[in-house]
Amino acid sequence: MNNILLKTEHITMQFGGVVAVDDLNIEIPEGRITALIGPNGAGKTTAFNVITGGYQPTNGKVTFDGQVIGENYPRSKMKKIYNGTYRTLNEHQVINTPDKITRLGMARTFQNIRLFKDLTVFENVLIAKHCHIKAGMLRSAFRLNKAEELMMNQEADKLLHTIDLHMHRDEKASSLPYGKQRKLEIARALATGPKLLLLDEPAAGMNPKETEELALFIQEIKESFSLTIFLIEHHMDLVMNISDKIYVLDYGKTIAQGSANEVQNDPAVIMAYLGVEEE
Amino acid sequence: MNSKRNTLLTTISFVLAIVFLYWLSANRLQHGMLVSVLQKGVIFALVAVSMNLLNGFTGLFSLGQAGFMSIGAYTTAILIIPVKSLDGVYYMNGVHPFIRAMKMLIADSPAFIQSVFPFIALLLGGLLAAGIAAIVGVAVLRLKSDYLAIATLGLSEIVRAIFSSPNFDQITNGSYGLNKIPNFPEMAWGLIPSLLTPFIVVGVCIAFILLLINSSYGRAFKAIREDEIAAEAMGINLFKHKSMSFVVSSFFSAIAGGLLAMYMRSIEAKTFSIPLTYDILLIVVIGGIGSVSGSIISAFLVTAAKEWWLRFFDQPLFFGDWQVPLFRTGFRMVIFSILLMVVVLVYRKGLMGSNEFSWDRLLGRFKRTGKSEGGRA
Repeated sequence: MNNILLKTEHITMQFGGVVAVDDLNIEIPEGRITALIGPNGAGKTTAFNVITGGYQPTNGKVTFDGQVIGENYPRSKMKKIYNGTYRTLNEHQVINTPDKITRLGMARTFQNIRLFKDLTVFENVLIAKHCHIKAGMLRSAFRLNKAEELMMNQEADKLLHTIDLHMHRDEKASSLPYGKQRKLEIARALATGPKLLLLDEPAAGMNPKETEELALFIQEIKESFSLTIFLIEHHMDLVMNISDKIYVLDYGKTIAQGSANEVQNDPAVIMAYLGVEEE
Repeated sequence: MNSKRNTLLTTISFVLAIVFLYWLSANRLQHGMLVSVLQKGVIFALVAVSMNLLNGFTGLFSLGQAGFMSIGAYTTAILIIPVKSLDGVYYMNGVHPFIRAMKMLIADSPAFIQSVFPFIALLLGGLLAAGIAAIVGVAVLRLKSDYLAIATLGLSEIVRAIFSSPNFDQITNGSYGLNKIPNFPEMAWGLIPSLLTPFIVVGVCIAFILLLINSSYGRAFKAIREDEIAAEAMGINLFKHKSMSFVVSSFFSAIAGGLLAMYMRSIEAKTFSIPLTYDILLIVVIGGIGSVSGSIISAFLVTAAKEWWLRFFDQPLFFGDWQVPLFRTGFRMVIFSILLMVVVLVYRKGLMGSNEFSWDRLLGRFKRTGKSEGGRA
């Protein structure tokens, strides 16, 4: 059995009085593709943000690669208004900023593409390599880390070759067509050297053909970079084709989990997506 | 081949500039205005570039430059005012005994130390400003955009108020300011005359900033400017990098402040009030936010236009018996403001946009205009 790379336990995220994610328990086995689906506003992106450190959860624990990267319990004001299902037992707190979590080996993309628009394709990838730099500012400014700099450049070039974007190397990121911007965003995430790649709606705004290509691309990079992938998606074809396990979220609650077939036939899922049939 | 040509052109213009400065140094009396415009221009070029590092490359809209300049200016001035002038400068309140003791020590030190001491003073001013920036940054850098601008502007005013407060008048001489500050020192035992000193100091500082901008850390700064959330998701520690940029920028602003003290020979806290920051911001915007060469070019242009080229608008002008109206003291600032508006309207993104100077571009422009003229003929 594969070991679990990422595990969330009782993740609850409450904004004011609204519980956006309630008692989310996810296990992501190494080397697999896991998906999180759900209707609009189900709390998928919030869950993503909690995992990557963008939000501090109201309650619960996130473990990545055997290390607790985020843990919290309802405190002070939140203690009174806390509305989540899960009551906490141990009062621990672990806070990590997103940049630290990225350096631990978890990289993400964004639902609405967030490239460094005014910089070139190459620079976009090169910047992602900066997170593992060893030289300090002065050493780097005086070019005393030539070997390191050269390695960063070579790796960035190699990565662009691997994912077939090298012909656009010196173009501005914003000048790329939409599909390639998506690809570049994934490349940039890969440049940080992740074990786990989180994709937030990678097929958003793509036509069926592009979606099909993306599915192939995701499987390709999963093999060539030996990745574990966790994705949020709306396109059911994409999710059903490539994911090994699917979690379904609705109104912040996990309503189903299992393989594509199991989830597709689950009455709760059908109800969440299609609404209740009237008499 | 082009790169060879460009290196050659750069070397030639560099040598020409140095020869010109030596010539200017020999004939400085006939060209007083040119000298002072060039020196002030080069000092403002350094502040503008350091402000650009923060505003244009890291995307932090900070308006604290004048404050950090004043830290550098005061530190440098206090350190380099000669012992024999002390009583004249601090004639109202007397000088703090510690400062006097320190100055006696410096005056007794070997000649070599005395000759490099002005540079040590500049460096100390820079380090002090950098240290303050590092501390203040912990609080201020949590703010974003306009809020950061307001906080840094306030910071700069606090610094000014402290320098002019009567509580410190044995150190800063309160609202009387400091004078009898020695001019730029000579370098390399007189081989490099004092006129060249600010150019060399600024050249070294800007070279460092350029190296930094093109290093991996510079790229991280640009990433923060483009998209903070994405930069953080790419493993860039926002606070650490913002703080770095803030500290480096403050350090060089303070160096420029120290040079300004040497240039002006007398400073007071009022010199470093808010309008100074706006002057620098103006230079940065006119030159192009995110362009180092733009800031340098515009520093010289703005200084020359303001101090020199438009001077004649201040003098009464007669055509025969008819006196042209409006030509009187202060009119040049009206013209200057109109010119600024025109420049900003024509060059929306500043003279250079976010591009850097390159010979290819310059020569390309000549070629293009040459061709189009040929076509017309």
